Amino acid sequence: MSAGTKAWGLHLLVLALVFLAQFVLPSYHATNLARIMVLAVFAMGYNLAFGYTGLLSLGHALFFAAGLYGMGLPIWHLEVAAFPALILGLLAGGVMAGLVGILALRTAGVSFMIVTLMFAQAGYLTLLYLNSWTGGDEGFVVARSARVLFGFDLASDTPRFIAAFVLFAAGLLLCLWLVRSPFGRVMVAMRENEERSRMLGYDPFRVKLITLILSGVYAGGAGAAYGLLFGYVGGSFATIQYSILPMLYVLLGGAGTVLGPFLGALLMFYLIDITSGYTDAYFFVVGAALVALVLFAPKGILGSLRERVLQWLP
Amino acid sequence: MTQKLIGMAPSRRAVLKGAGAGLLTAGFAAPVWSQAAPIKLGFQLHRTGIGAAYGRWYERTAQAALKVVNDAGGINGRPVEIVFEDDGTDPKRGAEVVEKLTSQHNCDLIFGPLFSHVVIGSAPRAGELKVPYLVCSEGFHVASGMLNRWTMQPGITDVRAQVSSMAPWVLANLGKKVTMVYPDYAFGHDHRDFFSAAVEAGGGEVIAKVAVPPTETSFTRYLPQIPNDTEVLYHVMVGPAVLTFVKELGEFYGLGAKPQIFGFIDSLEAVDIASPGLEFLEGTHFWEGHCRNQQADASEHEVAYRAAVGVDANGASVSDAKDVSTYAHMFSVWETLHVIKAGMEAAGYQGPADRQKFVEAVEAMTEMPESLAHVQGDKVFNGKTHQVFGHQFISKVEGGKLVKVHTTSIEDSIYPDAVDYMTQSF
Repeated sequence: MSAGTKAWGLHLLVLALVFLAQFVLPSYHATNLARIMVLAVFAMGYNLAFGYTGLLSLGHALFFAAGLYGMGLPIWHLEVAAFPALILGLLAGGVMAGLVGILALRTAGVSFMIVTLMFAQAGYLTLLYLNSWTGGDEGFVVARSARVLFGFDLASDTPRFIAAFVLFAAGLLLCLWLVRSPFGRVMVAMRENEERSRMLGYDPFRVKLITLILSGVYAGGAGAAYGLLFGYVGGSFATIQYSILPMLYVLLGGAGTVLGPFLGALLMFYLIDITSGYTDAYFFVVGAALVALVLFAPKGILGSLRERVLQWLP
Repeated sequence: MTQKLIGMAPSRRAVLKGAGAGLLTAGFAAPVWSQAAPIKLGFQLHRTGIGAAYGRWYERTAQAALKVVNDAGGINGRPVEIVFEDDGTDPKRGAEVVEKLTSQHNCDLIFGPLFSHVVIGSAPRAGELKVPYLVCSEGFHVASGMLNRWTMQPGITDVRAQVSSMAPWVLANLGKKVTMVYPDYAFGHDHRDFFSAAVEAGGGEVIAKVAVPPTETSFTRYLPQIPNDTEVLYHVMVGPAVLTFVKELGEFYGLGAKPQIFGFIDSLEAVDIASPGLEFLEGTHFWEGHCRNQQADASEHEVAYRAAVGVDANGASVSDAKDVSTYAHMFSVWETLHVIKAGMEAAGYQGPADRQKFVEAVEAMTEMPESLAHVQGDKVFNGKTHQVFGHQFISKVEGGKLVKVHTTSIEDSIYPDAVDYMTQSF
């Protein structure tokens, strides 16, 4: 069996298992899984930039928030329907990433981290300043009547799960196709040796900008979906915490692996959910787990697995 | 996580004596419960995050109220349990906690959150799960109509009522030319908008509005924006910046003439008013939702409540004088739990199938007389807006203590309904 067949087979199997999970999981965990799928899409976008292209961004909360507000504000102020609002959110993430990328990609390494962080912080403060338009730090509720997609009420559990699954499946398969495509290999080339890629005739700025825009579309799509599926748009989603989270998901699951973001989001979600039941210091536990990960499996769970057993894992 | 008894550091001997006495009297003193399962109440707690100071005291208050309710026979003859879940004062986690309390812990209802963004982020999920969600938030978001029929605020008044009812006293006693200093985000904007409207309606004038960006750590560049002819300086700074703000305000005015100063105690909740750097507050006025220092005219219920939650006459923990309570707000937890008891008993609540009946029973409530259930004072509940209205207190700092100088009437705080939740479907 070829590596490609194995890869597609594994990812389709994972999708089938995730889809079937809704029929066997208790409702609490089924809703959690819907949240995790959307957060995993956010992390997949981050993984394209960081895991495959080497762009360590600290500003992805801005792209997530762009999608969230790009969807929410047209619904709130203009009574736009759910589907066009979702598309607007998706585009908002991509456009925001493109604008930030044009400026931030003039830098690299630590400078890139700082510049993206500053853009995200500026975006967060802008949301607070424009309180009368954005709801500021308190945010606003997306009316239940507006959360209807193609006749399905997204406030109901089954349609919400399926909507999250469709987004997740599309994100996962697109990511798998992309990283196995020639462009995906160029992305990896940028990560491994930008100068050598330039010598071979590739334009690093162009490749990285396209990747960042794609990453922003993923983040924007996840933000828009999160607001639509769970009915709330708020400034807290634009804080630095939401730039760190996708990075943690990717590091935990395995940077540069297609399934890593999902695995990382799943494990991190339940790590917090379970440990918070036992201690106030659950973020300490999360931190300790990450330190252990860096020490013993620096390439993340799937990254380590690929290194030792599954060399064909994309 | 494991719950701790509050305000107790018992010796071994005391424990043994207590256990012995408990064994001897258990058969006489403890309520005799039926075989029915306990009623489980979910508490969405700000145990960590920016609301942790409030959360610590909200948890203690909930435990104290729970003991009182259970000692009095529980609810509908059934014992009551509270399941606490930390939401990290985060709206995303808040919605997850609502889900967890409802679907995993099988709680009958949820109560307790304070911070507005957590409430607004969590209420949609409560509405979808059709679980009563009783918030202790102060925000106008409940009465504004933004939320849903399952979300109610029967234990504390909202910021619109608070500022509207106090404005007449401020204008009559402190001055008519007001300058407002507030944080430049939603919380500050609520104060700016509602207090400005009340001042104008009362014949006063807001002559300057000084908005301070939320990331600011020093205020020296904003203080010169306060006009010289300001008669009243109204401030609602929050968080650690308060200490800096007051200190710099003192340095700004020095020993010279200064305006009357009126602030919201939110600025100094869980902070000792006698802290170094706060001397400048002597002689200034504060809004208090509930008087931190025990007043000379404190009711027997207020005294009993203070003892039950383990707070001394100065508003600090009886076991640690440095552990200052969030006294102006935490009564809302106590009162909300008593409203839950009254609502469940009025509805004949048996289980989750009766959640709608419970909401309707609370909506039917109107008068809430001052009692052990309503220790802050009597109140009126508006079933249409799901919001309670009550008295507000204005206190003056005298000798490092907050001394009550005015109590507003309930009528002063009432404003036109912005929503009728009772017309919405469940």
